[in-house]
Amino acid sequence: MKKSVFLGALTIAGLAAGAGSAATLDDVTARGTLNCGVTTGLVGFAAPNANGEWQGFDVGVCRAVAAAVLGDPTAVEFVPTTGQTRFTALASGEIDMLARNTTWTFSRDVDLKFEFTGINYYDGQGFMVPRELGVSSAKDLDGATVCIQTGTTTELNLADFFRTNNMAYEPVPIETNAEAQQQYLAGACDVYTTDASGLAATRATFETPADHVILPEIVSKEPLGPLVRHGDNEWGDVVRWTLNALIAAEELGVTSANVEELAAGTNNPEINRMLGTEGELGAMLGLDADWAKRAIMAGGNYGELFETHIGENTPIGLARGLNAQWTEGGLLYAPPFR
Amino acid sequence: MSETHAETTRFVRTEMLAEQDPPITEKGVVKWTRENLFSGWLNVILTLLSLYVIYAVLSALLPWFANSVWTAESLEGCREALGEQGLTGHGGACFSVITERWNQLIFGFYPTELYWRPILAFVIFLLGIAPVLFQSMPRQALWASLTAPFLVYWLIWGGSLWGPIITAAGFGVGALAYVLVGKAAGNIVGTISAILLPILFWLFVTGPFVAALSGVLPLEITKVESNDIGGFMLALIIGISGIILSLPLGILLALGRQSHLFIINKVSVAFIEIIRGVPLIVWLFTASLLLNYFLPPGTNFDLMLRVIIMVTLFASAYIAEVVRGGLAALPKGQYEAADALGLDYAKSMRLIILPQALKISIPGIVNTFIGLFKDTTLVVFIGLLDPIGLSNAIRATTEWNGIYWELFIFIGLMFFIFCYSMSRYSIFLEKKLQREHR
Amino acid sequence: MSASTDVPKESFRLSQLIYDTRYRSITIQVIALVLLIGALWWLINNTVQNLETLGKDFDFGFLTQPAGYDINQRLIEYTSQSTHGRAAIVGILNTMLVAILGCALATVLGVIAGVLRLSKNWLVNNLMAVYVEGFRNVPLLLWIILIFAVMTESMPRPSDFRGDEPEATMFLGDSVAVTNRGVYIPRIGFENSIGPAGATWREESTAAIEAGEEEPAEPPSSLVDWLIVLGVLGASIYGARWNTRRANAAQEATGERPTTWHVNLALIVLPTLAVMIALGATVAQPYLRGFNFAEGIHLRNSLIALWLALSLYTGAFIAEIVRAGILAVSKGQTEAANALGLRPGRTMSLVILPQALRVIIPPLISQYLNLTKNSSLAIAVGYMDVRSTLGGITINQTGKELEGMLLLGLFYLVLSLAISALMNVYNNSVKLKER
Repeated sequence: MKKSVFLGALTIAGLAAGAGSAATLDDVTARGTLNCGVTTGLVGFAAPNANGEWQGFDVGVCRAVAAAVLGDPTAVEFVPTTGQTRFTALASGEIDMLARNTTWTFSRDVDLKFEFTGINYYDGQGFMVPRELGVSSAKDLDGATVCIQTGTTTELNLADFFRTNNMAYEPVPIETNAEAQQQYLAGACDVYTTDASGLAATRATFETPADHVILPEIVSKEPLGPLVRHGDNEWGDVVRWTLNALIAAEELGVTSANVEELAAGTNNPEINRMLGTEGELGAMLGLDADWAKRAIMAGGNYGELFETHIGENTPIGLARGLNAQWTEGGLLYAPPFR
Repeated sequence: MSETHAETTRFVRTEMLAEQDPPITEKGVVKWTRENLFSGWLNVILTLLSLYVIYAVLSALLPWFANSVWTAESLEGCREALGEQGLTGHGGACFSVITERWNQLIFGFYPTELYWRPILAFVIFLLGIAPVLFQSMPRQALWASLTAPFLVYWLIWGGSLWGPIITAAGFGVGALAYVLVGKAAGNIVGTISAILLPILFWLFVTGPFVAALSGVLPLEITKVESNDIGGFMLALIIGISGIILSLPLGILLALGRQSHLFIINKVSVAFIEIIRGVPLIVWLFTASLLLNYFLPPGTNFDLMLRVIIMVTLFASAYIAEVVRGGLAALPKGQYEAADALGLDYAKSMRLIILPQALKISIPGIVNTFIGLFKDTTLVVFIGLLDPIGLSNAIRATTEWNGIYWELFIFIGLMFFIFCYSMSRYSIFLEKKLQREHR
Repeated sequence: MSASTDVPKESFRLSQLIYDTRYRSITIQVIALVLLIGALWWLINNTVQNLETLGKDFDFGFLTQPAGYDINQRLIEYTSQSTHGRAAIVGILNTMLVAILGCALATVLGVIAGVLRLSKNWLVNNLMAVYVEGFRNVPLLLWIILIFAVMTESMPRPSDFRGDEPEATMFLGDSVAVTNRGVYIPRIGFENSIGPAGATWREESTAAIEAGEEEPAEPPSSLVDWLIVLGVLGASIYGARWNTRRANAAQEATGERPTTWHVNLALIVLPTLAVMIALGATVAQPYLRGFNFAEGIHLRNSLIALWLALSLYTGAFIAEIVRAGILAVSKGQTEAANALGLRPGRTMSLVILPQALRVIIPPLISQYLNLTKNSSLAIAVGYMDVRSTLGGITINQTGKELEGMLLLGLFYLVLSLAISALMNVYNNSVKLKER
């Protein structure tokens, strides 16, 4: 009884927001903010700075979507989620999209009923060991103690890897990356395994990064991407094509610096269609014509986002690798804007 | 007297001797040390052991504190500053992370220019709670206390003042219904209408009313989203609202558990035992993962609100046990006297039993609050940014990745100050109550 | 209600349901029941609808699916191919293990600290006050994290034990290794172990010896072996108690007590020793192999940190309970004991503590319950308790949060009720029998 009194009181007081309906796009526009699920903190991908603003590569995707839909890259409510709570948060409508380095897997897509709207980072699970251990291959890790993060696909991959290679290991499950890092540095585990990007990011912040090596084996495919709920294809399209616009913008040479100028019209019809000077692509998405332009201006195109947050000039220093454009030997391949 | 006495010279001291100092072993530091530290072989061993423990702890911690860096802007900077002193990265603390981020640890992401609002809210809360905690204050002040929750809510979340005002008016409607209907149709009907009418009021009247009034006179301050609330502020909000909201429910449950009505008794017992038998963390996961299943399709609200609801239910079971203790501690004569006066159940509870039982329950309630306040740290596991959650987020930034002890020591110290002062208060109160009862 | 027998049925009016105290209680209960059923129906109905919208079903079939993840500390056999249900059982056993260990240590710490807190020794007294207040006023989660971190930072790594001049050495004649991955202690293996593992080992070692290879692996031990040993030990202790009773009877009768200790010792030690020898017991000491220590029993850091944190935290609360209990014993008791010429230590153990126990037990029970529930914070150090397996990874991999949380809640509820039931039985047995 008390509960419903309380509930009713606060509902009216305006704390509650109806959601979970099919038309997420309408909800977001009506609300004026985008609820975006991110990690509680992962170096380079999402973390709050001293002013409480969230920054990072995944955060950039959220901001781009907010800019495209609402015209304001800051109109995002970032909802920190843990590995455990992320899927329920999305399924229940608490968040509109999840950009939390989440691996696209069959069961998550089909069984948990989520729609992955693309891949913003091609990753794979790797191993990091101290150099003094003298290990050069993951096949030498028989009997090792391995630090893993719980609540991820990592622990499943790890079990599979050691089982198929007929090796024994001692898993040390850890809740957060920061905690795992501390355990690894103290020598409580011989190996730290997580996505290779995470390994590189973690290693970059060590006192002496050169003392640690990342082993050449990548034992899994970890395509990380933003996801939305099943059953709302319009909203899925908005997120999917915002991400594609960022990727295509890099391919087409559209950057946050020159997008204003290019939006006036170019002789490349695809740029024109994307930036809304030609055709009706924005209207088809249920947005206005400038949506892609705003998304690109929010934090730059894919390449710019990469360089600002995790690229080689940042402390994290990730190389583009698989995440280069297909024209440069990578896997990034945005479908045509047509 | 024999003659031998007469032969010996008689000695009678005519002046007092000057007082002499006690032997060196029986005075001052030496005596104190001997009696308090080395009074037996067991004590000697214990003293030496204690001294060693103190030495070991201090010798490990003092240099680390003494060499701490307070002004660097990142861990890298700290390490450099320590390096200049010829120390390794572990040679000194890097408290710069606190100086850089302390307002985040306290307020979360609350807008900096609005910090005055939670501070004012906290002051109002303290003023509101003062008449409850200190019996010497005038009883009329309790009525003013009733407005505090609404003001505090408004100050923290912002928005229109009409929302809280109209919500408060709902309670007024309830009270009015109790008095008027109670007079017209009897106590029971009065009570029922006092419960039903406000609910109807909140469900159907409040919304349009607030909208209309806001249109006439906005009375609005900047809205702040729950997601921006974090750090100790979050812990305090969850802890305090959990305890205050759980009080009415807890009292009802305690009465229910004492009741002779079979069904009410069994339901209360089952509720209390189920809540107390399952750890808070499981309830929190329920709030985060399951509450949406239990509500009508399409409803969805703030994680923080869901946590507060869960914590309220959780605390109410504990409060119920505390109040039950208070009820049991009352002399049976009080119950009998109330019956002898011909008071009905509601009146005897309201006028005689509960005021006394609640008064002796306050130390227990404060202790429950301390426990609950400490347990708010568990919300980190469902992704809320309480102090520990924020420490994880801070450690995930490139500047502070790899920092460890400094954050946890700061958080631990803050909790200690809060909880220790509250437990002192509760002990003070217990002693006072004991004196009064004597 | 004996006075109400002559109420005529015809005169019953509907308003009596409210105004007549005879019927009112029934009315209230019926209303409460209707409301309760309504609320439950509402919740269940919502859940069913929501499940339908999400396209999920409500079944526990996932418990028979392979789990796919590994668990480091397993008291029963478990591999990543075992089922989710088995993973849950592994977790349950781990929860019980840390709860039992924690309750035991917390009691010891609490009693010591509580007694020392009343010591006349100023230094000890205050040091204990610092311990008690420090642990009581800082969240347990923080203590778990800090103790875990202290252990990993301050203990030597396994690699420090390596080399000709190792930085760290094992204790107790190379049998105990304290590392930052946990403590390795020797284990007892049985050469004639009963069960499949023993048979395999015997085959392998014969083969190794025939092939002229050195050092076959240490023999295994099975549950059956231990049951036999413990059974014999239990029987011996029973025998020893019988012997003591006989001695008591002799003392009552003749006033002279026959010496019992040597018979008792022989009664307890010899049969157990005989069984151990028959089973071919050998001590398997931990030794460095590869990355880690091999053999022996590995008490993981996560277990030790959680155990210590829970015990220290709960111990601080128990210390206050013990202190209050001792203070509750009237001073006359101490004075009477002094008058009898008992030394302070004996006064405490023979006079004060037994009486204080009656005050101490009830709050102690609730502390045990708290400790058991708090063990669910294992998640902070990666200890694989039931919340981490069933309530954590399993839910996360299968998306069955409703079923998983239900089972989890049920487990804790049953455990809590069982503990309080057991403790209440004990409480009743030590309660002062009032006339």
